[in-house]
Amino acid sequence: MLKIENLHARVEGKDILKGLSLEVKPGEVHAIMGPNGAGKSTLGNVLSGREGYEVTEGSVLFEGRNLLELAPEERAAAGVFLAFQYPVEIPGVNNTYFLRAAYNAQRKARGEGELDSMQFLKLVREKLKIMQLSPDLLNRAVNEGFSGGEKKRNEIFQMALLEPKLAILDETDSGLDIDALKQVAEGVNALRSPERSFIVVTHYQRLLDYIVPDHVHVLAGGRIVESGDRSLALKLEEHGYAWVAEHGEPAGASA
Amino acid sequence: MNQPARPPFVAALAEAPLPASGVAWLDKARRENLDAFVAAGLPDTRVEAWKYTALRALSQRSFAAGDAQALSRDIDPALLALAGIEGPALVFVNGVYRADLSMLDALPAGVDLQPLSHALAADPESLRFTLSRHYREPGDAFARLNGAFAHDGAVLRVAAGAKISVPLRLVFVGAAAGAEIAWHVRHLVELGEGAELTLIEQHLGAGEQAHLGTQLGDVTLHADATLHHVGLQQAGAGSSLVRRSHYRLGARAQTHLHALELGGTLARHDLRAELVGDAAGFHGHGAFLPDGRQHMDIQLAIGHQARNTVSSSTWRGVASGRGRGVFRGAIVVNTGADGADAVLGNKNLLLSPQAEIDTKPELEIYADEVKAAHGATVGQLDERASFYLRSRGIPEPQARTLLTTAFARAPFESLASERLREHIDQLLLARLPA
Ligand SMILES: Nc1ncnc2c1ncn2[C@@H]1O[C@H](COP(=O)(O)OP(=O)(O)O)[C@@H](O)[C@H]1O
Ligand SMILES: [Mg+2]
Repeated sequence: MLKIENLHARVEGKDILKGLSLEVKPGEVHAIMGPNGAGKSTLGNVLSGREGYEVTEGSVLFEGRNLLELAPEERAAAGVFLAFQYPVEIPGVNNTYFLRAAYNAQRKARGEGELDSMQFLKLVREKLKIMQLSPDLLNRAVNEGFSGGEKKRNEIFQMALLEPKLAILDETDSGLDIDALKQVAEGVNALRSPERSFIVVTHYQRLLDYIVPDHVHVLAGGRIVESGDRSLALKLEEHGYAWVAEHGEPAGASA
Repeated sequence: MNQPARPPFVAALAEAPLPASGVAWLDKARRENLDAFVAAGLPDTRVEAWKYTALRALSQRSFAAGDAQALSRDIDPALLALAGIEGPALVFVNGVYRADLSMLDALPAGVDLQPLSHALAADPESLRFTLSRHYREPGDAFARLNGAFAHDGAVLRVAAGAKISVPLRLVFVGAAAGAEIAWHVRHLVELGEGAELTLIEQHLGAGEQAHLGTQLGDVTLHADATLHHVGLQQAGAGSSLVRRSHYRLGARAQTHLHALELGGTLARHDLRAELVGDAAGFHGHGAFLPDGRQHMDIQLAIGHQARNTVSSSTWRGVASGRGRGVFRGAIVVNTGADGADAVLGNKNLLLSPQAEIDTKPELEIYADEVKAAHGATVGQLDERASFYLRSRGIPEPQARTLLTTAFARAPFESLASERLREHIDQLLLARLPA
């Protein structure tokens, strides 16, 4: 599904990703852990096509297509979804309007029919229930005045609605209490399927008690320095990231 | 001594015949206004109020005074429809009242609404105070011009205590004529004690034209009156429109203004609010969207003259193409206006590298215990917001439109009428195509 090879990326003249390789197969859940400043969010931004993130070397194939030459909206329509570490507040843009515009734009780009507002509202109500979000969030502006937890759950709600093939969750767990964390995990687990893949970026292994990953990677200094199964997350928890620096390859500059 | 040559603009109007009223004081006032206009001419950019709006190009053009065929110009009734809002309306074409297009037969009790031309014929004396005013500031050229030539417009009086639920409309249409013409309208609005009114003012264009229109308005609110004033400026492409509105608010009187500026090649709007009674309030909200080669200049001046007066103003500018916007917001809290509360904000968005907006908030305080805040920004579309929308599949042009519309719409969220809010949304969406 996703094949990243020797990816190098630069932000504001600074090399952040330095030879990252990762392969994600359909249905797999990959966890990426790593210290602050390791480049985890940079990876998510590069994969979803944010401006200012310059790829200087390497390749990214998504279902055999060169992902890097697509615009962000084309990547979304192709099935890539990023749950933002910091969801953006957009005053004046109504949430329902936004969701329908996004939903229909993706369908249109794929040559599928659009939903009218009645059909769409029905769909939205179903998905809202899964995330236990209050329906009045729909009438507010996108993320405006949402609590930290609401913003994160709103990201997962959007994911449930848009049904991507590959979802990248960027620290969706940080700042959540245990109940909200469980809800987020339930939302993700409900979407797990043999065709859908996840990259779960997290700083803590706590989330991985609820979203059980197939693979765990440690990202440090702009590359994957260690890969393993679930037990790697537990080792990290026990020994901290310093352990990685000793056992992994030299990680280069780590912020 | 050699007189400097008059620019064509001034020369053409200097020789134009003044409207004859048969009322001695009015004829005299018109003559004095014209003389003052001719003597001073058009202001240049050294005059503070015209610093960012150069009138050089305008001064080289000559306009005929008025439209002799204004009564017979064909106007498509569809142009005059407004979001299904029915009710009394006064319609003017090239500055002249059109009974055939207006609706005056269902006036609610307590409302006296008539064209200025009729009011002058019936009872000129009641208009004397306002119509014999002199304009002495160096930037007052268009007010003088209007004082000299305006012979029509609207006179609207609402009786004390009358709470009018139907909105009243004043519609000013610039219509194609053989030549470039200058037309002028004057309006006088007076709300008696405790009266309440919604007034919708529209400027529209019918056909290709490069007219100059001027408008001068005096709006007086007596104690405890409330005015909801909505201004939709959609003057025709190519036209120049110079407007000036004076609001005078008595004790506890409140004005809620929502003003959208979309049309015209040159659109200037002076808004002056004098809060003369204790606890009077002026709440102004507006947006201006210069595109192409449009130039829009909003000059807001609020004078706090009495205790515990309140003013809150938010204006937003969106400039695209080679559009140029100017916003000057001046608040003066005079001696004795203790306890005044004044807030003024102006945010602007530039959508193209050639677009420009100059904004200048000014604040002068001479009273005690005053709360005042003002701020202005000029920026570009929020890249993070745009990426967020695109990452969900919304194409880039649509993301821009969504964000821009959201930005420009903000001042109108406080507009009570949902119909008008939706109408304004439509106008904004049509203006900012995906
Ligand atoms: N938009 C940006 N502008 C400047 N520097 C950035 C930007 N995004 C990331 N960086 C830098 O790249 C490095 C990695 O950041 P990030 O990918 O956010 O790390 P992580 O998500 O692992 O904490 C940091 O040094 C950060 O300062
Ligand atoms: Mg991060």
